[in-house]
Amino acid sequence: MQHRSFIYRTYDLYRDGFRHMTIGKMLWLIVIVKLFLIFVVLKIFFFPNFLSQHAEEGEEAEYVATQILTIDN
Amino acid sequence: MQEILSTIDTGTIEWSRAQFALTAIYHWLFVPLTLGLAVIMGIMETCYYRTKNVFWRDVTKFWQKLFGINFAMGVATGIILEFEFGTNWSNYSWFVGDIFGAPLAIEGIVAFFMESTFVAVMFFGWKKVSAGFHLAATWLTGLGATISAWWILVANAWMQNPVGCEFNPDTMRNEMVSFADVALSPFAVDKFCHTVISAWIIGAVFTVAVSGWYLMKRREIPLAKASMKIGAIVGIVAAMGAAITGHHSAYSVAQVQPMKLAAMEALYNGGTDQSLTGIALINPFEQPDYANQEEPELKIAVPYALSFLATNDLHGYVPGINDIIKGGYTNADGEVEPSLEEKIERGQLAINALAAYRQAKKDGADEATLTSYLSTLSSNMKYFGYGYIRSVDQVVPFIPINFYAFRMMVGMGCLLILFFAVILFFVYRKDIARAPKWLYLSALAMILLSYIASECGWLVAEFGRQPWTIQDMLPTWVSVSHLQSSSVMITFFIFLALFTTLLAVELSILVKQIKKGPEYEAQV
Repeated sequence: MQHRSFIYRTYDLYRDGFRHMTIGKMLWLIVIVKLFLIFVVLKIFFFPNFLSQHAEEGEEAEYVATQILTIDN
Repeated sequence: MQEILSTIDTGTIEWSRAQFALTAIYHWLFVPLTLGLAVIMGIMETCYYRTKNVFWRDVTKFWQKLFGINFAMGVATGIILEFEFGTNWSNYSWFVGDIFGAPLAIEGIVAFFMESTFVAVMFFGWKKVSAGFHLAATWLTGLGATISAWWILVANAWMQNPVGCEFNPDTMRNEMVSFADVALSPFAVDKFCHTVISAWIIGAVFTVAVSGWYLMKRREIPLAKASMKIGAIVGIVAAMGAAITGHHSAYSVAQVQPMKLAAMEALYNGGTDQSLTGIALINPFEQPDYANQEEPELKIAVPYALSFLATNDLHGYVPGINDIIKGGYTNADGEVEPSLEEKIERGQLAINALAAYRQAKKDGADEATLTSYLSTLSSNMKYFGYGYIRSVDQVVPFIPINFYAFRMMVGMGCLLILFFAVILFFVYRKDIARAPKWLYLSALAMILLSYIASECGWLVAEFGRQPWTIQDMLPTWVSVSHLQSSSVMITFFIFLALFTTLLAVELSILVKQIKKGPEYEAQV
């Protein structure tokens, strides 16, 4: 093992680690489901980038200025 | 009088704030336990490294397993806060983007990768790497998490005390002019020290409580005794450290956010030789009549302590809410503090100058005209946010929540010092394995209390700076996106359901693993 390359030893660390996980398998499943919910469901359907939806690219400053400097005297 | 953003639904502001608070509170359930357990298991593995006694390896592995469960559950919960910035707080996000970008990018790239790399070595590498390298990986996992916390707290501290930046009227953004001023501002340093040390308390309480539960059940006694000792030592050191860093934090707040300190103290009228309120009677559901009341009813106070806390001088001057509104006193910078009325006027000058500059630029005005507007903007930019203030009440945070949250945090901090001292008394002078049952039960109760104290700290930090998202620069109602309040409300309840489910899953896995107990390779 000591003569193996750094890359192989790193690969071996992860391969063996994932193979022998016990509670870790369930945790990974939860993490994957959570990441799916956060990055796919929440981000796409509930958290669009407001400025990119309401302002042309490059015109964000103008949009924000309109929003925060709108003054009715 | 100007009417700005009059069409923004107040429900949008309140629901957006509630949603951000919910997400932050949920995220903060995992972070302190990660930071705290990292120190505990680092110390345990150091014991193994030094003694070569495999008992310590088993103890370390057990706490690492609980750390891993908490770590997995907390992963990516903070990213939702960034989604909320982009959707619910788009004006704010644009306004500060260049400042936040650097700390959050460093947090994401350096700290996250460091953390995730060494987590793998820590969990998978027991038989693959040398004991020294494994020990380093364990400490570096904790260090990575702490560096993550550093950058997030730098970003938060900048909102409380915006330094090292310059506003660009063309891009409508604040741009960083000094990375060192942003990353190493005294406010950020104090916030980091106090927050991280208080997180260690959570890890210590958790360790002591789980160990206490084993002792109560008369099982895993060697592991529980050893863990209790380390947990209590870390706990008492951290609790005393939190008291010291808390003093520095309060001093920083007094320098840059005097209104927050006045709200925390329900100090309506300040002066020199100010006493620190221990307790007073304030209606928790109603803003007190600070303009007409001299001080809260039934006030019991420690003489001179507030002056010392705020100025490091027993006789120092501490402004109250009415003093800050009236102005005229010498502030921390040695300047005469302008009245709120003057700040509002100067804020309006800044807003009008910015609007006029942008319009003039579109109209192709000459350089002298543009320079004149920029000069007005620059000299009044410090009070930009006050231009949106319509009444005095808007700049006074809700006093009851600040007042009671601060007292709960400090009170529970003192209780925790006492608690760890009692545990250490039983560890060193008696037999902790034969301590009375109430001590073990109180350790379990302390988990809840320490979390309440920790969340109260955040309540003070965030409610205390209202109405500002960025201190003196941008109030909440200008920062928020022009969204339907109903859509923010719906996502609030989706989060509530999601977070509650995830929390229930985490707790069930955690409890199951605690009940299962450690797996010994050593003969116990």
